[in-house]
Amino acid sequence: MTELLRPERPVGIVGYGAYIPRYRLPAREIARIWTEGKGGLPIREKAVPGPDEDTVTIATEAARNALARAQIDPADLRAVWVGSESHPYAVKPTGTIVAEALGATPYTQAGDWEFACKAGTEAMVAAFGLVGSRMADYALAIGADTAQGRPGDALEYTAAAGGAAFVVGPAENSLAVLEATLSFVTDTPDFWRRAHQHYPEHGVRFTGEPAYFHHIGNAARAFLEATGTTAADYAYAVFHQPNAKFPQRIAKSLGFTEEQTEVGLLSPVIGNTYSGAAIVGLTAILDVAQPGDRILVVSFGSGAGSDAMAFTVTEAILERRPLAPATQDYIRRRTEIDYATYTRWRGKLVLK
Amino acid sequence: MEISRHWRLRKQRYALEGEVCPHCGAKLFPPRDVCPHCGLEAKQTYTFVGTGTVVSWTTARQAPEAFAEQAPYVVALIQLDEGPKLTAQLTDLGDTEPYPGMPVEMVTRKLRSDREERGLILYGYKFRPVLERALAE
Repeated sequence: MTELLRPERPVGIVGYGAYIPRYRLPAREIARIWTEGKGGLPIREKAVPGPDEDTVTIATEAARNALARAQIDPADLRAVWVGSESHPYAVKPTGTIVAEALGATPYTQAGDWEFACKAGTEAMVAAFGLVGSRMADYALAIGADTAQGRPGDALEYTAAAGGAAFVVGPAENSLAVLEATLSFVTDTPDFWRRAHQHYPEHGVRFTGEPAYFHHIGNAARAFLEATGTTAADYAYAVFHQPNAKFPQRIAKSLGFTEEQTEVGLLSPVIGNTYSGAAIVGLTAILDVAQPGDRILVVSFGSGAGSDAMAFTVTEAILERRPLAPATQDYIRRRTEIDYATYTRWRGKLVLK
Repeated sequence: MEISRHWRLRKQRYALEGEVCPHCGAKLFPPRDVCPHCGLEAKQTYTFVGTGTVVSWTTARQAPEAFAEQAPYVVALIQLDEGPKLTAQLTDLGDTEPYPGMPVEMVTRKLRSDREERGLILYGYKFRPVLERALAE
C-alpha cells in the first residue's frame, strides 16, 4: 500500500507554457496608500492584468505556448481543464472558451477545477490519470488566476495574475516524464470566499502553520519517503509561493538549497499567481533544465491541501524549449502602474 | 441581445479563423466563401498565425458606451504577414507609442461585456507589440 499515485502507462509533460501580464504594481505603492509606506513588504511587486485580461485570456495564451512546444494538433486534446479561483463566470465553463480559442473543440472534455491555489495541479493530476489510464493520448491542464485582495488587506500586496499550461501525453513523447504524484488534504479553513463576495477572507496567522506548512510539508515529506528520495536527488524544487518567505522556509526545512529553488521562486517579482504559482515556477525551471534533471513540485491550496509531483527532464526539452516564449521573457516585459490605475483596472471604483 | 451573432463569429474572433482559396492560394479574412482575388469559391478554413505590422492607428477617447470601460484605447489598421488587412485594437502598449510598420502579434482578449455585468463576456482578437524573446526560435 502506497500513498503514491502512479499511472499504469508512463506519462509526462509534452509541452508547457506560461503567461504573465505586462503590468506591475510595486508593494511599496500599496504601502504608500495604506500604511504611509511603513512596515515590511512581502514581495517587491506583483503582476496585474490589463483591463482586457482575465482567467480565460491568460489560460489561452499559456495554452497556446504549451501547444507550440508540444507540436500536436489541438484537435487531439481530449481534455482542456482550467484550474482557477477567478473563473470569469459563476456559471459557464472557462474550459469551453479556451478550448474553442485553441481549436480543441468539439471532441474534448472542458471542465473547470477549483481548489484555491492548487486547482492547477489538481487538473494536472487528473490529466496524468486520463492519459495514464489510456483513456486519452493528450490532455491539457491549466492553472490561471487574476486574484483579488481586499483593498488594504495583507493579501493585496501579493494577489497577482498569471498562469501556466501543460500538454500531458505519453512518456515517450514527453520533455519531462512524471515519476509519481501524492496528495495531502484536510478540511482546514485558512482562506475562503463565499458566493457573491468580491474579496476573500483569511485566518491571518492561521494561514501559516496549520495550513501552508502542515500540508505542503507533509505532502513533500511523504512524497520523498515513498519515492525513497531526498532533496539531494533533485536538481530543482518549486513550492507554492504566496509570498517570498513561506516557500523559502519550507524548502530549507526539507533540505533544499537556494541553488535548487531560486529559478522557480518568482513570487518576489510577480506576486502570488494562485493556481499558477507553483506551476509558473515549474515553467521557469523547464526553461533552463537539462536532460536528466529531476524536478520536485509541491503546490498548496487553501481549504487545504498539497499535491507533490516529480519529473525527469528528457532530451526532447532541447528542441522544444525555444518554440515558445520563456517565462522570463514575460517577466522582463514590465510596465509599472500606480495604485490609482490599479484600482480602475481591477474594478474597485464605484461608477454607478 | 445578439447571442446568435456572437456565437457564429466565435472562431474568427477567438483565433483569427479565415479561409484560404484552393484555386489561387489567397488567404481571406474575414471569411467570405468567395475569393475576391480570383472570384472562385473559397470555403476552406485557415487559421492565421496572426503576425503583422501596424499601417495606421487612432486613439479612441470618446468610446462607445460598451467600450468605455477600456478607454482610451488604440484602434489600428494592421497588415497581416499572411495577406489580409484588418482593423483591431492594440493592447499591452505600456509606454510604447505605435508607429507605422510596428511589428505586432495577435492575442485573444476581452472585447467588452454584453449588457454590462449581466450579459456575455465577449472575447476576440487584439494585437500587441511582439513579445521580445531572449532565446530566438
